[in-house]
Amino acid sequence: MTSTNKLLLEAKGITKYFGTITALENVNLKVHEGECLGVVGDNGAGKSTLMKVLSGLYKPSAGALFFEGKEHVLDSPKDSQNLGLEMVYQDLALAGNLPIGENIFLGREPTKNIGFLKFLDFKKIQEMTSAHLEKLKINVKSADQKVEELSGGQRQAVAIARSTAFNAKVVIMDEPTAALAIKEVGKVLDLINKLKSTGVGVIVISHRMDDIFTVCDRVMALFQGTNFAESQLDKTSRDEVIGWIMGKK
Amino acid sequence: MKSLVGLWEKNKMDDKEKKQDSLYVKLIPYFEKYGILLLLVIMILVMHILQPDVFLSWRNVTNVFKQISWQSMLALGVFMVIVTAGIDLSVGSIMMLSLMILAIVAKAGAPWFIVVLVPLFAGFLCGLINGLGITLLRMPHPFIMTLGTLYIFRGTGNLISGGTPISGFTDEVRYLGHGRIDLTWLGLEKSQYLPVSLVLIAFVYFVFWVFLNHSRTGKWIYAIGGNPSAARASGINVNKILIIVYSLCGFLSGIGALILAGRTDSGYPNAGLQSELDAIAACIIGGASFFGGRGTVLGVFAGVMIMGILRNGLNLMDVSSFWQQVLIGSIIVLAVYVDVLRRDFGTRK
Repeated sequence: MTSTNKLLLEAKGITKYFGTITALENVNLKVHEGECLGVVGDNGAGKSTLMKVLSGLYKPSAGALFFEGKEHVLDSPKDSQNLGLEMVYQDLALAGNLPIGENIFLGREPTKNIGFLKFLDFKKIQEMTSAHLEKLKINVKSADQKVEELSGGQRQAVAIARSTAFNAKVVIMDEPTAALAIKEVGKVLDLINKLKSTGVGVIVISHRMDDIFTVCDRVMALFQGTNFAESQLDKTSRDEVIGWIMGKK
Repeated sequence: MKSLVGLWEKNKMDDKEKKQDSLYVKLIPYFEKYGILLLLVIMILVMHILQPDVFLSWRNVTNVFKQISWQSMLALGVFMVIVTAGIDLSVGSIMMLSLMILAIVAKAGAPWFIVVLVPLFAGFLCGLINGLGITLLRMPHPFIMTLGTLYIFRGTGNLISGGTPISGFTDEVRYLGHGRIDLTWLGLEKSQYLPVSLVLIAFVYFVFWVFLNHSRTGKWIYAIGGNPSAARASGINVNKILIIVYSLCGFLSGIGALILAGRTDSGYPNAGLQSELDAIAACIIGGASFFGGRGTVLGVFAGVMIMGILRNGLNLMDVSSFWQQVLIGSIIVLAVYVDVLRRDFGTRK
């Protein structure tokens, strides 16, 4: 199904050095509309670095990013957001001291103008937050609750709500289920399937084979910063993928 | 039947307990927000009881406000920096340098509106230097950059003035620090005036309250303090915001210089010596957290007031300034301990 769908995001020959360390070397990646790509690899294989390059947080030392067929140079996460590419970080990237709503709209807060001055529109933030949480069936006491008062699962839900609040075309999730209770894992995976059905391309980085084999259509493995193996999900098996992670074909 | 009634009673009791519990929980945020004001009110009451004739007299109250006027500007600047989880040790030196530049420009015979604008501009530039140093030179911590500029700015101030005081400014220049708003039209006596510096404090604090709580930039300042990588990942230009924050801090120190020029009618080498520590203390007492992201403008104001009232009250009671040091230090430690308890209580780990 994937090859017939529109290509959303393509990374070609991505290389990234940190000083003398080579984190990524000549890595390629593709994601299509409505497709979920699983990215697996051992610790230090370069998964998180690759995702940070895709989101514009790191600049690649070499290589190019194409979004809907056009090459883009991302100077900051703002650029990738403007293209419709959203990231859910492993460390959740939420400011605990701010309420849920302000976290969801952080950096993109709606404002109202009084003369030439722009003020935050708290009422609109709250309305939009409630509507969005409702849509995703995420239950919290109120949009005004501070994030530091939430449980791990609730925080993950807020992080995902944040990534999908602005009509994202591609959502990248770094270990979306790592810190969650079993019941909450199912909810997150449901959410991913829901995003796929609306045509969103999803990239999931995960150690959990259960996650990969529940939601992904294709899986690729990184090993020591390079493309190691890639396959449609129905043409591979858990054991094979686990082998890739350890560097065995 | 009897046991059923007992059960019913017990349920009612449980409900009651729950209600009390939730009321208590509901009160916590208010206590967090306004607890420091409560402390301020208690202090005022205690001082009033100890010095019933003097403390709340018009003369003494205006005196307190005049004394805290320039410190309150430094504290507000340092507060914004602390919200970003940074620190600015150079505010005292920025104020001294701005004051010296003001004095030199005034002595050179520049018109008053230039003399008034010069320290604001100088303070802003000093803050900009701090901000650029912290972000562009990638200093490991703002402590280091601003410790450096603490020496650099004061040294520069002494170099340009020759290390000697320069005195005598015109009334226009002194207006903000020394001006009086006559209230005789309200039927008050001539001695019952309103210091211009009090109005200035209220105005500046209000403007910065609006800025920090109702503007995007203000919200981002809090976000950076809460989680800088979250702010960066949200597309916020963290370095730009930090430069703005340090520049504004310098600008406020410049306002402090202008007020001090009015109060003392002189630019002098020891101006603002160690006042950065007073400013930090006021922020900490007022509930700002060194870890960033926490604290309110109202809290800082309360912190400044608490320190001012403590000094003033102890002076009135003729307590040695050595005891004042001990007391202020103790209040800092106590205030931070309360902050520690509050964090334990309010945050899920």
